[in-house]
Amino acid sequence: MSDRSLLSVHDLRPRLSRVLIRFVQAFVLVGVAVAGAGPLLWLAFASLNTTQEVLRDPFGVFLRADEWGNVAQAWNVVDVDRYLGNTVLVAVGSCLMNLVVAASAAYVIAILRPRWAPILSGAILATLFLPGIVSLVPLYLTVLDLPPFGINLQNTFWAVWLPAGANAFSVLIMVSFFRSLPRELIEAARLDGAGDLRMLWTIVLPLSRPILGVVALLAIIAAWKDFLWPSLVLANSAVQPISVALPIVGKVTDLSVFLAALFLATIVPVLLFLVFQRQILAGVGASAGLKD
Amino acid sequence: MTSTPLATTRAGRSPRRRRRPVGGWGALLFAIPTLVIFGYFSWKPLLQGIVMSFQKWNFVAPPDWVGLDNFAYVLADPLLGTAVANTVWFTTLALLFGFPLPVLLAVVVSTFRGRTRTLASLLGYLPVIVPPVVAILLWKVFYDASDRGLFNAALGAFGLGPLPWLNAAASAMPSIVLEATWAGAGTALLIYLAAITGVRPELYEAAELDGAGILSRIRHVTLPQLRGVLLVMLLLQIIGAAQVFAEPFLFTGGGPQNSTLTVLLLLYRYAFSEGDYGAATALGVLLALVLAALSALYLAVTKRWEA
Repeated sequence: MSDRSLLSVHDLRPRLSRVLIRFVQAFVLVGVAVAGAGPLLWLAFASLNTTQEVLRDPFGVFLRADEWGNVAQAWNVVDVDRYLGNTVLVAVGSCLMNLVVAASAAYVIAILRPRWAPILSGAILATLFLPGIVSLVPLYLTVLDLPPFGINLQNTFWAVWLPAGANAFSVLIMVSFFRSLPRELIEAARLDGAGDLRMLWTIVLPLSRPILGVVALLAIIAAWKDFLWPSLVLANSAVQPISVALPIVGKVTDLSVFLAALFLATIVPVLLFLVFQRQILAGVGASAGLKD
Repeated sequence: MTSTPLATTRAGRSPRRRRRPVGGWGALLFAIPTLVIFGYFSWKPLLQGIVMSFQKWNFVAPPDWVGLDNFAYVLADPLLGTAVANTVWFTTLALLFGFPLPVLLAVVVSTFRGRTRTLASLLGYLPVIVPPVVAILLWKVFYDASDRGLFNAALGAFGLGPLPWLNAAASAMPSIVLEATWAGAGTALLIYLAAITGVRPELYEAAELDGAGILSRIRHVTLPQLRGVLLVMLLLQIIGAAQVFAEPFLFTGGGPQNSTLTVLLLLYRYAFSEGDYGAATALGVLLALVLAALSALYLAVTKRWEA
């Protein structure tokens, strides 16, 4: 990165200008810290207070945080453990489905390149521009009565896993990566007599580990955040993921225990974010340039 | 896209050509997962959605063709006007709150160095990581309309408030937008930050030599260089805002007095409260037409921006 950006050393020389710049910078940093981390910190502390304490003095929660029973109660009595387990199952299955479909589609479109590949890629791309809202009701009906077998997928994880695979954005990312693979490697493997499957398994996929990671991460985050679709097809509390369960839990649970449940629902994505921060921050920043 | 119809033409005629011709059954085998999954869960529902908008669904017998009745019903529904107006109002507010804020943040954060900049991006993106349902339910606690609510207590410290937040028709939508802005600004911040980092330093140097101050450098160098990204983000924000669902659904359920009933909420009511699938899909098609027009505009803009 270059030394020079918007500000230069000359800007910081006059005292007034330096003070002003530092003030604006400090103001923004503090603002971002309060807005970004403040609500989560409050949630963490509030979930360790009694309901009366939270209601009486919402800013006093930072002073006393000793009601660990809330967390235990949320975990055991409110069944946050089961809801989180369901969420993990939903996320992992959606992620695998995304990877299988995106990798095989991109392999056909970018590497095998049969005559009809442009039709396939066009049909997939088109779904990016047709808003999913048109298909919400028919998709729901499809899942209730899967043709031609008439299987009802409602309240099974397949109801979320299978539609999650139809993700045009994952295919798009994967195709543009597969296109960048050195063509000579593939031709060489061809000449050595490698079949399509062996080429995918021993050459293309091992070279694509970084992009498989990106698609997997995006799929997991999307599955973790989703609400509308799982609320329609995973309505039974035995299979509900946490996002679907929380609004219902909130209506029948003591505030402090509910806050503990909200906090538990947030820990996993936040930890994932902190671990993979470099990849996520770089990936999001670059995503605006991902118009192929 | 460069289309090479036959790989063999590229590779030339080698003595050990592949056994299977390109475009044969081998490739089709690998396309099966895509064809099945996209077929069942993307293409078929999209087409069926359009078909269903011309049908009356009655659960027992096969659906009847009703022509444009569903569209007529939806367009005559007095709630449609309310829902469209509310969605436009949400979009307007979301742009007022949410469009300039990440731009300004990104400009200032871009002047940070090294760890401070990473820390600022990390903190700014944190709300995006919080699952939307958790964020909404947490903010609902903050919006407690009594003077003991978190936000009202904060306002009270300055001798302001208490505000009714979600409980009054006038303030419900702005409250929802405030949370949505908090939840979404991080993504835009990172995208702008990446774009600002790409601005060539010579431009700033030249401007400075011409005697441009900091503010004038922002106005005449940074912002014009971001024009393309700004336009794309503007369109994406409009397209996203037009499909807002979880926030009004979980914050207010559309109330008070339908003041936060959005188009998607109305569609949800048609489909899952009233079981009127024809009306729901008709409304979906109408919304999709509007969004497709916006998407086309978006495509045209990105094309020109890249050229």
